[in-house]
Amino acid sequence: MNPKIAFGILGTGVVLAFLPWLGAPTFYESFLYLLFHWVILAVSWNILSGYTGYFSFGHGAFFGAGIYATAYLAGSIGWPFLATIPAAILVAAVLGLALGAVVFRVASVRGELFALLTLAVTFVLATIILNTPIDGGPGIYLIGVDIPRLGPSQSSSIYMLGLIACTSAIFVSYWIYASKFGTGLFAIHDDEDVAEVMGVPTYRFKLYALAISCGLAGLAGGIHAVFISYVTVSETFSITVPLSVVLMSILGGSRHWIGPAVGAVLITCLLYFFTSGDTAVLGRAAVGFVLVVVILFMPAGVLGLVSGWRHNQRIRAAAEKIADTSSSHAAESAPVVHLPARRQAAREPLLQVRGLSKAFSGVKALNDVTLDVYKGEILGLIGPNGSGKSTFINVVSGHYKPTAGEILFEGQSLAGQGAHRFARAGIARTYQIPRPFSHMTVLENVAMVGMFGGQGMGRAEALREAQTFIEFAGLAHRAHALPDDLNLHQRKFLELARALAARPKLLLLDEVLSGLTPSEINEAIEMIQRIRDRGTTIVFVEHVMRAVMALTDRIVVLNHGALIAQGDAVAVMNEEAVKAAYLGKAHA
Amino acid sequence: MTLPSLNLLSQSILSGFFIGGMYGLIGLGLGLSWGLLRQINLAHFGFVFLSAYISYHLATVWGVDPLLMLLVLPPIFFGIGMTMQWVLSRFHISPFNSLLVTFGITVMIESLIQYIWTADFRKLQSSYGEEKFKVVGLFVPVPELLTLLLAIFFAFAFWAAMRFTDLGKAMRAMAEDGPIAAAFGINQRLLSLLLSGACVALASVAGVCFALTFTLTPTQIFSWVGVVFAAVMLGGLGSAIGPLVAGIIIGVSEAIAMVLFSPSWAPIVSFSLLILMLLFRPGKA
Repeated sequence: MNPKIAFGILGTGVVLAFLPWLGAPTFYESFLYLLFHWVILAVSWNILSGYTGYFSFGHGAFFGAGIYATAYLAGSIGWPFLATIPAAILVAAVLGLALGAVVFRVASVRGELFALLTLAVTFVLATIILNTPIDGGPGIYLIGVDIPRLGPSQSSSIYMLGLIACTSAIFVSYWIYASKFGTGLFAIHDDEDVAEVMGVPTYRFKLYALAISCGLAGLAGGIHAVFISYVTVSETFSITVPLSVVLMSILGGSRHWIGPAVGAVLITCLLYFFTSGDTAVLGRAAVGFVLVVVILFMPAGVLGLVSGWRHNQRIRAAAEKIADTSSSHAAESAPVVHLPARRQAAREPLLQVRGLSKAFSGVKALNDVTLDVYKGEILGLIGPNGSGKSTFINVVSGHYKPTAGEILFEGQSLAGQGAHRFARAGIARTYQIPRPFSHMTVLENVAMVGMFGGQGMGRAEALREAQTFIEFAGLAHRAHALPDDLNLHQRKFLELARALAARPKLLLLDEVLSGLTPSEINEAIEMIQRIRDRGTTIVFVEHVMRAVMALTDRIVVLNHGALIAQGDAVAVMNEEAVKAAYLGKAHA
Repeated sequence: MTLPSLNLLSQSILSGFFIGGMYGLIGLGLGLSWGLLRQINLAHFGFVFLSAYISYHLATVWGVDPLLMLLVLPPIFFGIGMTMQWVLSRFHISPFNSLLVTFGITVMIESLIQYIWTADFRKLQSSYGEEKFKVVGLFVPVPELLTLLLAIFFAFAFWAAMRFTDLGKAMRAMAEDGPIAAAFGINQRLLSLLLSGACVALASVAGVCFALTFTLTPTQIFSWVGVVFAAVMLGGLGSAIGPLVAGIIIGVSEAIAMVLFSPSWAPIVSFSLLILMLLFRPGKA
């Protein structure tokens, strides 16, 4: 967290707090309050939906929960107003938690389906409130409710409440953005499955983000109840709130902490300046038109343009730096780090797999596989296409849950647990087709793993560490590039750097060499040797036999999901069963 | 809770069928463009209302027979749909951004409607409007019956077209994997123009039916979004018959809820159904 920005947010809040004493007309206070109101809603929506990519259309439900908590408690049963505000936050947050606890367990509810589901929740909640004594139909008046004096007048008190809430919301949004938690949320946005495998507790993080998002929406609702002072179901739960916050965030830039606030100010002003008199209809049309143009021409929003520009600046600076130093570094390759080889004398098992099976609706991809991986070795895993190699990697990295069998890592049972537990225990993997987080730079991609992998470093430390791993993988000159700008070779090495950044005890390499040229393969083989020399145990899935023979201490052969041979590479390749699996049986 | 008479119950189930036909008719075009073009076209609702208002205007001011509009409006709206797709296809937009862009278009249509016809309630008065006949003790209003029949007709027509014609097969291939389909010689651009045109033309048909049945006001555009979305998702994206079946299920369950409890409880049935479907039938949509 950058202290300058944090003080900037709080300082702006303090300065704005003097406004009511400057004798500005009430109109300004009300208008500014409305700005605050929309800023809180947009910023809070963004904490879940912008950061994780789970677009919610149900923000109106949580806002409405807050409004009705205050309206009912203060308006109907006479609680003091201030006591209802924590209640409003709590009701909305608990509602969010309850929803999330169910929805986030269902992996298929993502994208449009999540949006739709949250929209449906809004209508259900509205119907319940309308038909129960909470509202009952006629709406709730809050005319008589006392508001504590925070300013010279009633309207300035509401202004102050809005200001405090708005400053807090922006502060929370920034704090999350700059924290490890935020990095985890952005990883979920780009590729949730990979994030989980890299050690992000995705379920818990989504739940927290939803609860914070809902709590802030509830806060906005609680304050808004006294501002409008007459609450009805049809107004509260209309489609206006969810649609507006989505638009504001997209317009401002949903990947940035202040983007939604910028969008909220722009749209609120735009709507306001057009709502007077005859131009009201034209104003709405203009808002619609602006929206169409903005999405078509700058889909990343206003702040997306700014970040894009800064990103390009950084790339240019990095390129210049490389040009300056290219004379000293003849090649761009990494400084070679040689550590003394640490071959274990005793064959101590690191990973023990017992009777592992995995079936996909009847098809047995893995069938009763039992094997050990010893500390410090490179185990080659080979077999024809479809023999279950990738499934093995997916099960042992926690991506799939096994149908049966036991996975013991350093004697500790892991089968059936979330993938992030596997990562925490010290297992890292690469993907055959690289799956980098597409909105993060190379450096951030690697640092992210340092934060959530086995070590669990802080953000600053992880970024420092990441730099060395990027140098190790020979990607130092592309540190600030986005994965889309890399070629296949560089993306494969990014996969490696990312797996290493977790400082794994066990590294699962899934066909890292496929698609590389012969000279690139040589480079990669050398790097894998250096990784092993650092003391990392490796399971190596590969079709390039030259590399398998050069690197592995032992090999295991799978066919049709079953283990058919294991042992010394040359001996295993000469076994009849292995020949048959690869070449077919000879009919003599 | 007192049990309503059998006659009342069957009358409301019948009206559930009719409203379900409306959900299905609106949902057909929406679901096809969602499933096959990956565009969540909120403007579909805008076009339905635009068509409804034009029908109202032509019928009330110029005295044109509303059924004639079923021949006149679809070709015009087909053109509008092609134009919209022609503009949008120049930009690579994600499904979510398509939602936002078409929301913008809907707001513009809503403003246009409000500018021309004001925010007052409008009702198309025609010779068909009040006509109804009685079958085994149940009233059957003609406009609603027309809506249901058109919904069934178009659902089956599109189903058959998608299944049995080369054009339909090409469209499904395109939806499955655009670039691969293009590599096998499918003209993706032309197909998406045609499909978008067809979807908006369907919106205009729904609009004429809408004008015959309901009272019009511009702000109502968004109140139909939720339930029609529910029908489309429940029926399956890109399916022609699904939205109609789902629409009827929702319509009938709402109607039953209205009789058994009270009309204001009705939304809870369809939306709870939707939530349960989303949670427990993964992979369907």
